[in-house]
Amino acid sequence: MRVCALVVRIWRQFLHDKRTLMLMLVAPILILTLVSLVFNGNTYKPKIGTVDVPAMVTQRLAQEDVSLVSYSSTNSALEALKTQTIDAYISWQDGRPAVVLEGSDPSKNKAILLDLQQMAEASSPGPTGIQPKITYLYGSAKMSSFDNFGPALIGFFAFFFVFLVAGISFLKERTTGTLQRLVATPIRRWEIVAGYVAGFGLFTTIQAILIAWFCVDILGMMMNGRLINLLLITLLLSITALTLGTFLSSFANSEFQMMQFIPLVIVPQVFFSGLFNIDTMAVWLRWLSKIMPLYYGADAMRNVMIRGKGFTDIVMDLAVLLAFSLVFMVLNVLTLRKYRHV
Amino acid sequence: MFGKGSREEGWGIQVSHVDRKFGKRLVLQDIDFEVKPAEIFGLLGPSGSGKTTLVKLMAGIDRPTSGTVVVGGVQMPRLDMLGKIGYMAQSDALYAELTAKENLDFFASLFGLRGRGRRRRIEEVMELVHLTDSMKKRVSTYSGGMKRRLSLAIAMLHRPRILILDEPTVGIDPALRVSIWNELRDMSQSGTTILVTTHVMDEAEKCHRLGMLRDGRLIAVGTPGELKASANVTTIEEAFLAFGGVRG
Repeated sequence: MRVCALVVRIWRQFLHDKRTLMLMLVAPILILTLVSLVFNGNTYKPKIGTVDVPAMVTQRLAQEDVSLVSYSSTNSALEALKTQTIDAYISWQDGRPAVVLEGSDPSKNKAILLDLQQMAEASSPGPTGIQPKITYLYGSAKMSSFDNFGPALIGFFAFFFVFLVAGISFLKERTTGTLQRLVATPIRRWEIVAGYVAGFGLFTTIQAILIAWFCVDILGMMMNGRLINLLLITLLLSITALTLGTFLSSFANSEFQMMQFIPLVIVPQVFFSGLFNIDTMAVWLRWLSKIMPLYYGADAMRNVMIRGKGFTDIVMDLAVLLAFSLVFMVLNVLTLRKYRHV
Repeated sequence: MFGKGSREEGWGIQVSHVDRKFGKRLVLQDIDFEVKPAEIFGLLGPSGSGKTTLVKLMAGIDRPTSGTVVVGGVQMPRLDMLGKIGYMAQSDALYAELTAKENLDFFASLFGLRGRGRRRRIEEVMELVHLTDSMKKRVSTYSGGMKRRLSLAIAMLHRPRILILDEPTVGIDPALRVSIWNELRDMSQSGTTILVTTHVMDEAEKCHRLGMLRDGRLIAVGTPGELKASANVTTIEEAFLAFGGVRG
């Protein structure tokens, strides 16, 4: 009953505060759209300059996905390279091609080297070795990098916005004195925490449904698993964020101090959420990922969305998230002791 | 003594030898007094004298370092007693983004009020503080005095046996102040025990009995008349100075 009262109040506050409502619902969609536009674009077409390259080689090069510009001397090609009108140039020295790369962008470097390698293979005479037959266990050749880190992004947004909004609204409860007023009523401390979890939980479910629907149906993100599993992960991740946010808010005295938790709590989690490869990190650093809720959330998300796995495969991740939430909830109830001794 | 039996016997408050320390700082020292059932008891003292700390002990949201606070025969703090006490804090603890009605709804359901009874009671208390017309306005558009009145309405919402009001009439215009005091007197006559803190001396005169608080000590307790007589002065203000060891 009292938990219900708290849920109704949180909802009414949400409905009155249109801007926060928009932040929670529209901001993730906006950012995900931008990310998908950026990473789903066509693969980069390198601009390569040629200086005195034999016609045969130029023809071969033209078959690759590059745009070619011809220069009369290496000096003018170098000038073009310096002004970044081209990414590399090829000149002919002693019967062999010599390549100079602009070199400041590793992804462009790779694209150019790949093109040159393919050209070299195509032009070398004789059998080109054994062509392996390639099949994919998960994913596909058409899978884009957006498909790969999209799941982690969904998890991140669920976590980040709930952490911030719940943390700040609990902080406001403290700084405006309403928490003090609240504890002068017969509400139990656990009921306050439960009310917050239920109120925000209900809201984040809607947020999760909206984000998931938008990513899968509008942005066409790869989705091989069941939607219900995806929602379950998002919900648990949000509750972890909520309970962590409200707990940490008791160590902040203003909204600004709450913001200071972002580089401490949110940013490190991004690095361990699978946006970057954890296996290349130092061993002791990898261990850190084990204490980051987002690591488990993103792992489960990828298992469902990319690998199409079912509930039994993500149950461990879910259990860990639930354990995080329970620990933070207990800590919340305990810190509320500061405001009322019973 | 004031009640005419319209309600069951009122509750008193017994504060016995209470100390309250925050760290090493002694905020209340050996406070010992009694609030009798159905009386209006005023706590008078300058800011920083420990009024709010003492009030929180009686409202059951804080625990004394030593000594006991007994409300209605039950030693505080006790969770189940919180539903019987109405508390109005010094700062207006309201949800500014909600309307007055929504604030009242929220607190009413925390106190277990529901249905038609709740609606009627909300209308009653809003009538009392002259806010019926502003019921649907957001609290953020309220003036300071209106917020104070809404806080008071919320404190009275669940018909508490004991009403504890921390500086209830700050920022409220004189006409409304009079009507609020009339209401407090009515409530006390029907058996509600009321404890108010104030630093306005003319308000102190309206209390049945007064406690004077200074630097965390209770320097005098008695009816306004008694206090003035024993200090041999004509105003409460002079009496306060006299008991504080300062001769005006």
